[in-house]
Amino acid sequence: MNISEQEQLLLKGLAENDKKAVETIYRENYTTIQSFIVKNNGYPDDARDIFQEAMIVLYEKVSSGSFELTCQIKTYLYSICRRLWLKRLQQLQRFNPSTESIEQIVSVEDELDTHEKRNADLIIMENALNKIGEPCKSLLKAYYLQKKSMPEIAEFFGYTNADNAKTQKYKCLVRLKKIFFAQYKNGG
Amino acid sequence: MDENLLLDAIERYRKGEMTSQEKTFFEEMRKNNPEIDVMAVEHTFFLNELEKLGERKSYKYTLDEVENTLVNEGIIAKKQLKAKSKIIYLWNRYRKTIAVAACIAALVSISTATIVSMYSGNKQATNLTPLVKDKINKLEDKVDRIEDKLDNAAVVIPVRPKFAEKFRATGFLIDGSGFIATNAHVINNARNLIVENKNGDQFYAKPVYVNKSTDLAILKVTDTSYKKINILPYSIRRSSAELGDQIFTLGYPREEVVYGEGYLSAKSGYSGDTSSYQISISVNPGNSGGPVINKNGEVIGIISSKETNADGVVFAIKSKNIYTALEEIKTSESIKLPSMAAIKGMDRVRQIKKIEDCVFMVKGN
Repeated sequence: MNISEQEQLLLKGLAENDKKAVETIYRENYTTIQSFIVKNNGYPDDARDIFQEAMIVLYEKVSSGSFELTCQIKTYLYSICRRLWLKRLQQLQRFNPSTESIEQIVSVEDELDTHEKRNADLIIMENALNKIGEPCKSLLKAYYLQKKSMPEIAEFFGYTNADNAKTQKYKCLVRLKKIFFAQYKNGG
Repeated sequence: MDENLLLDAIERYRKGEMTSQEKTFFEEMRKNNPEIDVMAVEHTFFLNELEKLGERKSYKYTLDEVENTLVNEGIIAKKQLKAKSKIIYLWNRYRKTIAVAACIAALVSISTATIVSMYSGNKQATNLTPLVKDKINKLEDKVDRIEDKLDNAAVVIPVRPKFAEKFRATGFLIDGSGFIATNAHVINNARNLIVENKNGDQFYAKPVYVNKSTDLAILKVTDTSYKKINILPYSIRRSSAELGDQIFTLGYPREEVVYGEGYLSAKSGYSGDTSSYQISISVNPGNSGGPVINKNGEVIGIISSKETNADGVVFAIKSKNIYTALEEIKTSESIKLPSMAAIKGMDRVRQIKKIEDCVFMVKGN
């Protein structure tokens, strides 16, 4: 199936973390997913979690650069949500509903595997960040996550100049790297 | 080569900040020096991971923002609906089963009665018949009653959602109709907020005032099941409190309400912040947002933070900030602060008994 140009634009916006694109996708798809989940033993709150997760999967896919979505966004999201929800139900051991669906679905197993792996990696990184302590954590976050400039950081953290801040930053980075790889190579 | 310099080079190369000359030199170096090459590959991978975390975080932030907008527009269902729809859904689902069960019950009672009457004397049989009828009537009654209850389900059944809380703190009523004061840092970025009283009843709430610089926030209980408290036992002090004032607090560092006692140690807070007090009291995470009350039953402040490096150094927002806040939001919310402290002069145990009902656990995710 061909994806319309409009959908391509939406996906492009999504890859750039554009709020408008995110909102449009939410508006067009949320109710379908919510009613699917509520019909299948869930609460609207579950729908929020599941939909968010699916939006993250979609984001990962489009921002990885090599995205080629072969179906409509609607179908894709529905398939992801369906799979995620069935999994969740199994974990909760809630009554397993009959999920013969009339909606069109595509296979998303690979995506979800990648997604889980990526989540695990991000968790390792986040844990490592939490372990290095302050001011390292805030310093690294400011530079690498919030993309603040070195002079800005020097001023905020009270270093005499940007070079001092930079030296400190690398010290912190080396520590973070150690903790991260220790975990990462252990397979989490 | 100094490690930092090398890391710096790798980062600049990665960002494309190098001049073409530097670039050639750097690439040359990598080629001739496998150790450096491995390091560059590893470091690039590591930086990618780190930046992905940042991207994910800001994307998640966008998602939450969009969600909030849609909740406000009613496109994403609010939870009150859930309790109702779930029950109706269950009723519809098991309606047939219940009907069958009722029929079987009726049959069994009639047949038991018949058998009993067959094997016993007439006298007993006459005694039995009304009993059976009564039973069937009762059963019908019961089904009717259940049905009635279900019709009113939305109102009668208290909303008790499963709520995966991400944080817990304390708040207290400043207006019995459902306005709760707490800390701004508590509710920062929360998707949903609920408040829970000491009986475990939970109510949804939303912020109507948030001030990050004073760290004061005011929540409004939005739940229809919330029962108004007419008279609050304490009052809110407008003027400054005095050094050495004996104070106490109630809060939720655990699932249960906890009492703590201390004194006012300075009229200014962290690094001379004049909008707060320093108090000496033992508190724990979860106490944030709790009322600081003097012996006359006046709320003089709200617990907000404690000094990490020193024991018993706690900061509390001055109560007059509440008055300032009300001034700011008076056009949208009419909040009436309690003017008299009914607990003045009571002994501490009785004071606490009265106050307990007005101190809430604030949870959110």
